[in-house]
Amino acid sequence: MKRRLRLASLLALPMAWLIGIYILSLVMLLVTAFWVTDPFTSKVTPGFTLRNFEQLVVNPAYLSTALRTLGIALAVTALCILVSVPLGIFMAKIAPAWLRAVLAVAITLPLWAGYLVKILAMRITFTEDGFFNAVLSPLGISGPGFGIVTVVLTLTYLWLPYMSVPVYTAIRQLPSHLFDASADLGAGAWRTIRTVVLPLIRPAIIAGSVFTFSLSLGDYLAARFVGGSTQMIGSVIASNINLNPPIAAAFSIVPIVFVVVYLVSVQRTGALQRM
Amino acid sequence: MRSTIMTGTALVAVSLLTLSGCSSTGEDDEAPGLSIDVPDVPMQEELGDYEDEVNIVAWSGFVEPAWSDEFTAETGCVVNRRVAGTSDEMVQLMRSGDYDLVSASGDASLRLIAGGDVAPLNLDLIPNFGDDIVEGMKGQLYDTINGQSYGVPIGRGANILQYNSEVVTEAPTSWDVAWEADSPYAGQIIAYDAPIYIADAAVYLMAHEPDLGITNPYALDQTQLDAAIELLQEQNAIVSEYWSDAAAQVTSFVGGTTVLGTSWEVLRKLTEDEKFGSVLPEEGSTGWSDAWMLSAQAANPDCAYAWMDYTSSPEVNGAIAMNFGMAPANAAFCETSDEAQAHCDDYHATDEEYFENVWFWTTPIEQCIDGRTDVTCTNFQQWTDAWLTVKS
Repeated sequence: MKRRLRLASLLALPMAWLIGIYILSLVMLLVTAFWVTDPFTSKVTPGFTLRNFEQLVVNPAYLSTALRTLGIALAVTALCILVSVPLGIFMAKIAPAWLRAVLAVAITLPLWAGYLVKILAMRITFTEDGFFNAVLSPLGISGPGFGIVTVVLTLTYLWLPYMSVPVYTAIRQLPSHLFDASADLGAGAWRTIRTVVLPLIRPAIIAGSVFTFSLSLGDYLAARFVGGSTQMIGSVIASNINLNPPIAAAFSIVPIVFVVVYLVSVQRTGALQRM
Repeated sequence: MRSTIMTGTALVAVSLLTLSGCSSTGEDDEAPGLSIDVPDVPMQEELGDYEDEVNIVAWSGFVEPAWSDEFTAETGCVVNRRVAGTSDEMVQLMRSGDYDLVSASGDASLRLIAGGDVAPLNLDLIPNFGDDIVEGMKGQLYDTINGQSYGVPIGRGANILQYNSEVVTEAPTSWDVAWEADSPYAGQIIAYDAPIYIADAAVYLMAHEPDLGITNPYALDQTQLDAAIELLQEQNAIVSEYWSDAAAQVTSFVGGTTVLGTSWEVLRKLTEDEKFGSVLPEEGSTGWSDAWMLSAQAANPDCAYAWMDYTSSPEVNGAIAMNFGMAPANAAFCETSDEAQAHCDDYHATDEEYFENVWFWTTPIEQCIDGRTDVTCTNFQQWTDAWLTVKS
């Protein structure tokens, strides 16, 4: 009895936080999705309508925005993996200790700056007269301007540490003699990565991808500042949150569904147990 | 100068003329008047003692210590400011009931009035709301309903066409460079990011496709709205960026991503570069006009009335206008100094001819405000839904 009481008191704060603030607020938001907006005053009144969900299907703008956002989130995740794996191998197995420390700082450094600051930095980098064009114009290269490409690059920049850190940690834990054995058996670098490293660090990649994928799905400031005319789920929700909260609430279910589908499909890999 | 009461009477008369056939005489059918159902919110009859504070939702730059401190010293009302970024945010905040006053733009005011969120104003309690208020800001539809005033004008401005004269060497006179698919500046055009921007398309169509029969860009029936959306979708292909954030708009022009597009005079000045020019094109333009509105649930109505009166004086109204970068509502400000006169000239403060072509933001409602009774007009919710399809 005493033990139970102790356990309960120990869990009281986290549970109150989880249920009271974390879950309840989300549920309250989702309930709004069934409410009605007065067309004239845009006042929201409780009620029950499925019109908001119907809009998501009927209005092709919602569907195309959802698919575009999904594509962007997948591209960001793929890019993060593409950068993190070679970087992780280099840092963990090849680089001398001092360089490893420098790289570790360089990767986590962007986390120290504010999120908005980073997006504005990317905005300045990619303007027509910006840094990117100024440096690369002698080579005849001009920047992508503001659009989907820049959104993907910006989000990759923002979320890269969330992928690099778990991947690096996983590669560090790989025994060095696995690499030696692979080399002794005549495997080249690429073959070693493909057949030895990747299967072993898959859980870490999946753990990282949960972050890069879900954070990209929910982002709206990148599209607003570097997206040109690109629209994402987040930007549509943001522009509707004052005008039509119920439809914003209904649309916010879409990324939740995407993430749930993603989590369920990676659950079998066992990656989630190791997060 | 006429007396305040005279002005009040004149104002009501003007309003009644504009909205002829309102409230009391509903049978006056031919008149293009507008009478809309508004909740019955009582008007304050007389001033009481000042409360301790006044809570204001305002645009950035409207409530600053430079003049609010003096107000506090005079009245004892402490001014609490909440800055809002968009009209929609203002509407939401006012509905929370935590605020006494809002500096509402025309696209928010009808919603606030019809929603019963703001109270009618007793102009007798605002002596500074005198006959120095510029002609074009008196008794406008966006703050005066059924002959009853709901707003005290603060200032106004036009949504101008701004261009980079290094790239756009021939000064444009028409919006066509921003709307037509074959514009020489395709891919370098900036557009405003809000449903109310649909009205900009309507203004352009009004001049270029008269067959559509648009006579007021805020009174669009379904066919007219569809045409505007089609034009906006065409424009989407040649747009480099949309802006709702002023800082983003300025960096877009300065950074070279954009060479031409919708702007405000104040943003052009913020670029601090002579190469950026601006023009009010021949088709006319949309614009905005802001007014103080009093919450229907105001906890501090007396301080709120005092604030509205205080900020309507030539000096304070002028200070707000200069700080924000807009044309002041009180024309008497212009004569206070050379600097004031220069500001008024820059922003066309008393140039009614300039503003004649400006369609100030008004909430679109089902009742056609151009006087048509044979069709239903599209409301703001429909504009919001339609706006979504423009960018995707």
